[in-house]
Amino acid sequence: METIIESLPMLWEGLKMTLYIFAVAIVLGFLIGLVMALLRLSPLKILNWIAKIFVDAIRGTPFIVQLFFIYFGLNSFSWVSLDKEWAGIVTVAINAGAYFAEIIRAGIQSIDKGQTEAARSLGLTQSQNMRHIVLPQAFRRMLPTITNQAIISLKDTSLLSIIGVADLTQRGRVIVSATFEPFTIYLALGVMYFVIIYLLSLLSGYLERRFVLR
Amino acid sequence: MSMIQVNNLKKSFGDLEVIKDMSTAVEPSEVVCVIGPSGSGKSTFLRCLNRLEEISGGHVYIDGVDITDPKNNINQIRQNVGMVFQHFNLFPHMTVLDNLTLAPVKTGKLKPEAAEKKALVLLDKVGLAAKAKAYPGELSGGQKQRVAIARALAMDPKVMLFDEPTSALDPEVVGDVLGVMKDLAKEGMTMIVVTHEMGFAAEVADRVLFIDGGYIVEENVPKELFGNPQHERTKAFLSKVL
Repeated sequence: METIIESLPMLWEGLKMTLYIFAVAIVLGFLIGLVMALLRLSPLKILNWIAKIFVDAIRGTPFIVQLFFIYFGLNSFSWVSLDKEWAGIVTVAINAGAYFAEIIRAGIQSIDKGQTEAARSLGLTQSQNMRHIVLPQAFRRMLPTITNQAIISLKDTSLLSIIGVADLTQRGRVIVSATFEPFTIYLALGVMYFVIIYLLSLLSGYLERRFVLR
Repeated sequence: MSMIQVNNLKKSFGDLEVIKDMSTAVEPSEVVCVIGPSGSGKSTFLRCLNRLEEISGGHVYIDGVDITDPKNNINQIRQNVGMVFQHFNLFPHMTVLDNLTLAPVKTGKLKPEAAEKKALVLLDKVGLAAKAKAYPGELSGGQKQRVAIARALAMDPKVMLFDEPTSALDPEVVGDVLGVMKDLAKEGMTMIVVTHEMGFAAEVADRVLFIDGGYIVEENVPKELFGNPQHERTKAFLSKVL
């Protein structure tokens, strides 16, 4: 117990890093996903292909390999200098982006064609139709799956400890190596991750009720 | 000048030729009903008139503007052509009022306050002023379709296209929707109505088109077309539905 209380300030620092990386990466990831989904649905074949190759490449390779590729691989070029936090953010964002792309694409396709026809028949442009009619409805439908992916991405951030990002997991490892109390420390880590993820799912549940489909 | 001019319209879906060759003209304030068996191409014909279907051949002019010409802005043209769908296609995430104001505001036609004022007038006209703040999911089918008509009218169209507007409705509310359409016809709106309501066609239409097999087989004033059809196919169809 004493160990935990003594290590709380350090764990708190780690938690802040984890939340920072998660927040930046998930926003970037969502934007990447949105762009890729729209490319995927575009009438231009070449754009479809770009999005499809991106999604398949990310889904078909392990997260750790992506992380090493970005942090060690890209940094081996003299003109690239990604610090470990940004390498981590980029990896989580790209990884989440590929999954978001598929979620958003399916969400958009689940909206009845008649909605688009009604919007276009009123003289709205295709992008106005997307912004005001299709995406708001699709987003409500996607919310549970988006939350699910966000939770997975949050858990993925713990893998960034491997390249030395001082996140919650990395701080825990450092404390364990100093105190030799892996049971208590890793239990405490688990509880902390659990609490954040539980709060995330509460938020998602609230949003779902708030934007209930009528 | 005709409000709608259709010259040698053709439409194929892949190898399937749905509209083989159709030509007709609709004058301002004219009400034209389109009848025919299912799969005859009547809905496709209607959807070609605002290019919801890309046209495979021929020309369609709305108020003199060639809608197939890529130089003409299709979004601008569509603002003049209201459309009412079989399944209403109201926007379920918006209130009735927002359904009506969205397009006028976003296309820059009206300021938000003016659009709202107009929307309330239109809702009153279709008998649904009390439902302005309701969501589409809270309305009955007949109410939804009347809102859909008001939504199309909010853009001040020159022409209204109706694609089987009463086919998805319970029989007891069909009359409400047809009533709104009759009022609209009386006010001088140019209308093309694809319908199975032969009574409505007989009473309201200035002219009836019978479509079958991708052609306009016969067109005439309702009294003649229903009372004295000339073609065998028209006779066969009418004998089944009348």
